[in-house]
Amino acid sequence: MDPADRKYTQEHEWIQLEGEVAVVGITHFAQDQLGDVVYVELPKVGDRIEQMKPFGVIESVKTASDLFAPVTGTVVEVNDTLGEQPQSVNDEPYAAGWLIKVKPDSAGDVETLMTAEQYGEHVGKA
Amino acid sequence: MTIEPLSGVALLRTALHDRHVAAKARMVDFGGWDMPIQYGGILAEHHAVRRSVGVFDLSHMGRLYVSGPDALALVQYLATNDASKLAAGRAQYSLICGEDGRILDDVIVYNLGERMLLVVNASNREKILAWIADRRAGPLASLDADVHDATTETAMIGFQGPESARLLQSLTPANLDDLRYYAAVDTTVDGVPTLLARTGYTGEDGFELIVAAEHGTRIWDLLLEPRDGVTPALCGLGARDTLRLEAGMALYGHEIDETRNPYEAGLGRVVKAEKGEFGGRDALQTSSAAETGLALVAFELLAGGVPRQGYPIVDGDTQIGVVTSGNVSPSLGKPIGMAYVPREQSGVGASLSVQIRGKAVPARVVALPFYEHRTRRRPILGASRG
Repeated sequence: MDPADRKYTQEHEWIQLEGEVAVVGITHFAQDQLGDVVYVELPKVGDRIEQMKPFGVIESVKTASDLFAPVTGTVVEVNDTLGEQPQSVNDEPYAAGWLIKVKPDSAGDVETLMTAEQYGEHVGKA
Repeated sequence: MTIEPLSGVALLRTALHDRHVAAKARMVDFGGWDMPIQYGGILAEHHAVRRSVGVFDLSHMGRLYVSGPDALALVQYLATNDASKLAAGRAQYSLICGEDGRILDDVIVYNLGERMLLVVNASNREKILAWIADRRAGPLASLDADVHDATTETAMIGFQGPESARLLQSLTPANLDDLRYYAAVDTTVDGVPTLLARTGYTGEDGFELIVAAEHGTRIWDLLLEPRDGVTPALCGLGARDTLRLEAGMALYGHEIDETRNPYEAGLGRVVKAEKGEFGGRDALQTSSAAETGLALVAFELLAGGVPRQGYPIVDGDTQIGVVTSGNVSPSLGKPIGMAYVPREQSGVGASLSVQIRGKAVPARVVALPFYEHRTRRRPILGASRG
């Protein structure tokens, strides 16, 4: 079961609000579908991201896939450990494998996303 | 991220298909066959073959037996290498070219004494059968030979890795110390009649076994049994691809296809123009065939990213080449690839730029293979050919 303390996109990203900043990653289902992650291309601190537009690329042995922004906002931190340890995304997609931290322009963006329960149903149909 | 839906096309199944489903393998359409791309994970499967031993279902590969008085003559016409040099029990890498000299397939040719065997790519099997039929309706009409497609009647299993010989020896009366690289023997494995070849596509020591389809699951299960403290790993096509890439071996549909000729692919050494008539010989003897201006090279990426098939090799704003295969090498931990580039930029050490999502990423031409097993083996695709 995906953690209930965060919201989910149809494209298999999660976002967790921590005060004014939100942490973004990909779901367990996404990392399982991708297989072994070998490279993650992320924006820089200060870059703007826009809800449901690509903000980066995640590459597994098998394939490259766009990452879609759960919200519109400004990147405030990037998980630099993924340069050396991209497999963290596989091992701990909801913890050490987080991708970026972002300051959303509007808290309302998060409210448009799916709950863990809704995401579970979404994946069940996939 | 976006997850691609599966296609709904009816696919061929190997004799081992039930085993893949039971093992919860992730299945994909590969050359029209429903094949396992991975079981646990590609990296773990890759490392198992480099460090221990892995088991692969290769039954999708086409197995065409050629028999009759003119079997050798037929093979000599079809394939570019000189099969007359093959002693019984030996195998060779070869190419099948169209009359235009372009590559229709790459194959392993076995001389099995009373008959010959061509192992062709799954995606090319029907094309090659049609090509053979076409040639036999024309220039080869007088040859007395039978071509039998045994692909669905047999299973083919790879047993690859440094532990493979030790583990396999306890299952067969054949003396594996006497079975050299690119040699094959008709023997038994656990009493099952088996064509056992010391061949592979991984850059490791290893074997390929061909048995009747009805014995496939028995041999499969036997090879996977833990033995002498070693548990062989189930390996899918994903690991097969990263292993062959590190070994610098060409893959049809990537390094070679119907738009490439053997010389630009660095495979001129398996074109034996002096051996007599064969498909594509006239075209391959013209100077233009040897001088397309392009050469296949191996490269390392010098910055972050993953090179993939189709990515442009650029010089400023101009595309000068194309990536044919690429990945992050599991054994070396760095991004590697193969590419066609202008011949004058194909020397080891030459600088290249790979365009990845609009950005030029620096790369350097390196010698093949990227990875070499401690026992030296000649790669299929060598680096030193001009």
